[in-house]
Amino acid sequence: MLENKANPTINKSTGLPRKRFYRARAHSNPLSDSHFPIPLSPSHVDYSLHYPQLFPSSDQINGSKIQFADIGCGFGGLLISLSTLFPETLMIGMELRDKVTEYVKERISRLRVANPGQYQNISVVRTNSMKYIPNYFEKGQLSKMFFLFPDPHFKEKNHRRRVISPHLLHEYAYVLQVGGIIYTITDVEELGEWMKSCLENHPMFEALSLEELEADPAVKLLSTATEEGQKVARNGGQTFQAVYRRIVPAS
Amino acid sequence: MEDPPIEECEHDDINKTEQDTQMEESKQNNKDVEVAPALIAVHPTQNSVAVSVGSDLRVFNVPEDCAVTLVDESGGASHNDSIRAIKYGANGKLFVSAGDDKLVKVWSTESWRCISTVYSEKRVSALAVSNDGLHVCFADKFGVVWVVDLPGVDGSEAPLNRKAVPLLGHYCSIITSLEFSPDGRFIVSADRDFKIRVTVFPKKPLDGAHEIQSFCLGHKEFVSCLAFICTPDYLQGILVSGSGDSTVRMWDVISGSLLDTCEVGAKAEQLKFDTSEANCSTVTDICTIPDCTLIAVAIQSLQGIMLLSCNLPSETLSVVKVVSIVGENFIPTSLGSSISGGLLWMVTGASKLSGSDHSSLSRVKVISGFRKSSPDSLEQEPVVLGDCEIPGGAKLLEKLQGSISIDEKVFLAAAEAVKTAMCNLLIKKQYSVEKRECRKRTRNDKKMR
Repeated sequence: MLENKANPTINKSTGLPRKRFYRARAHSNPLSDSHFPIPLSPSHVDYSLHYPQLFPSSDQINGSKIQFADIGCGFGGLLISLSTLFPETLMIGMELRDKVTEYVKERISRLRVANPGQYQNISVVRTNSMKYIPNYFEKGQLSKMFFLFPDPHFKEKNHRRRVISPHLLHEYAYVLQVGGIIYTITDVEELGEWMKSCLENHPMFEALSLEELEADPAVKLLSTATEEGQKVARNGGQTFQAVYRRIVPAS
Repeated sequence: MEDPPIEECEHDDINKTEQDTQMEESKQNNKDVEVAPALIAVHPTQNSVAVSVGSDLRVFNVPEDCAVTLVDESGGASHNDSIRAIKYGANGKLFVSAGDDKLVKVWSTESWRCISTVYSEKRVSALAVSNDGLHVCFADKFGVVWVVDLPGVDGSEAPLNRKAVPLLGHYCSIITSLEFSPDGRFIVSADRDFKIRVTVFPKKPLDGAHEIQSFCLGHKEFVSCLAFICTPDYLQGILVSGSGDSTVRMWDVISGSLLDTCEVGAKAEQLKFDTSEANCSTVTDICTIPDCTLIAVAIQSLQGIMLLSCNLPSETLSVVKVVSIVGENFIPTSLGSSISGGLLWMVTGASKLSGSDHSSLSRVKVISGFRKSSPDSLEQEPVVLGDCEIPGGAKLLEKLQGSISIDEKVFLAAAEAVKTAMCNLLIKKQYSVEKRECRKRTRNDKKMR
């Protein structure tokens, strides 16, 4: 790319991508069979593609694995905040929308250039996390899973498209290690009630106590780190969060 | 500058015809998917053999050498639409059948009365009976596995209509096969999205199965069938699976790891003289010969079966033999075996065949030569039995096939129809960018300009 030729998709002053050139609808149908590559199994996830500085070659000699997953990461706000808060941890965002994923990729790549050594631990992948989570993560691999402002799918007939549901919680419990934490937040009260009751009724999750919530640095980011969260705060809206720990079920 | 207007007109015409052909194609696809392959199941002690073709369920009682009449007080003695799955319970007391009519029928194998009818919200695609005979699990095309309990039911009680509850779910994926592990600890479910899930079967199944043991990932196409190899040395069982990617794979269900892969499609290709057709080596069914490490595999293009041997200490799979069927165009659509019989039963056929005089076909054949004395190898060559040599002979064939002799041409038509149906149902359609844009025009949430 010639230096003289201005790239309109990149903001000249910040060097970061402009959202207006990555327009996408807010909703995406998780039921549609889109065509994007899926890793055959967790051992087929290409770490050198996502974290090139930490994994120079395709062989995972390093041994460390992705521990945080932001499901429906949107424009990447949470990942970027978490990256500096937990610099030793590998994290990934999963997003269904093509254009939004491109935006996040561009954003991470430019941040890495502007801040050498930083932001090397985050990445994004375009995928349907409701279908393919077991393809990316081994049993008990994750220590944190984030579901920030998921699509409410208001109509009752669309409730099955909700990313938190009794059946999907079995899969999330599978990829989360015992003691791992699931974070959810929404500005839609009905959805907040729904997610809380799904988690409450699931034998493999228990709620965090108030003290634990106060002590967890990730909890504070839930309502402030993302574009969606900032919009809600601007409009003076209320948020409803449910943070639960993965436990061994009492048999 | 005169070109653009003409081009635009042409473009419109092309779009119109694309939409028209798509409408025709989708209608044709729906018709093709309606075709249901013939299925066969054998009682654990070979007390009876059952064949289903379309909505027709046919059972023959082998020891008493007579056809069985099914009794169902609550409704018709059979199903109202294509049967998609049939199975005997491991203890031999129950037989279940289910399919497109959204009914799961549980039959007693002694009285052959329907002792329970369970209603499903969606069409049923797979079935399994727990080893103790207390639970029946069925899966629908939307990916949910349901469970219903049958506490201590025997033939004398009135037909009970129990309600099923969800046990687990594969998100929005057609479940193609359900199997319980031989020790009853796990239920394994396979789906269209290349996945096999091993879930702990809980002590209280009606509360749901929450604990996933493992995922067996590695297939590159839809998983079509599952079976467990069980020998006295390996009572927990080893899982084998067949897939649209033309392989049979062996798995450790505890860890989900892939133990070995056998490229059965490639081996089948080597045997074919006519190489004009490609991509028709889907594994359609697998059947383990009980107390044996032999696996019989039915492949879409193969007229006969392929026998694989599983070497358990080294955990490898290898092809032992291909048993060809000569004299008939017999491509099995379903396989079955009993624990004691030492026979492999096969059926080929389909229902709702369009463009043919016969609306359905079913042909049964048997291979013998598997004996307990030689579980790892074949003492005597496996032999395809003649019609008069099979247990039950002509009477069995007449009942299960509907007739004794069948027109040759119908076989080929049936094989093609089954192949197309499976393809349309289980393989994701690949559209070009133009076609995808054209399809998006019929979306009702996008504003039409």
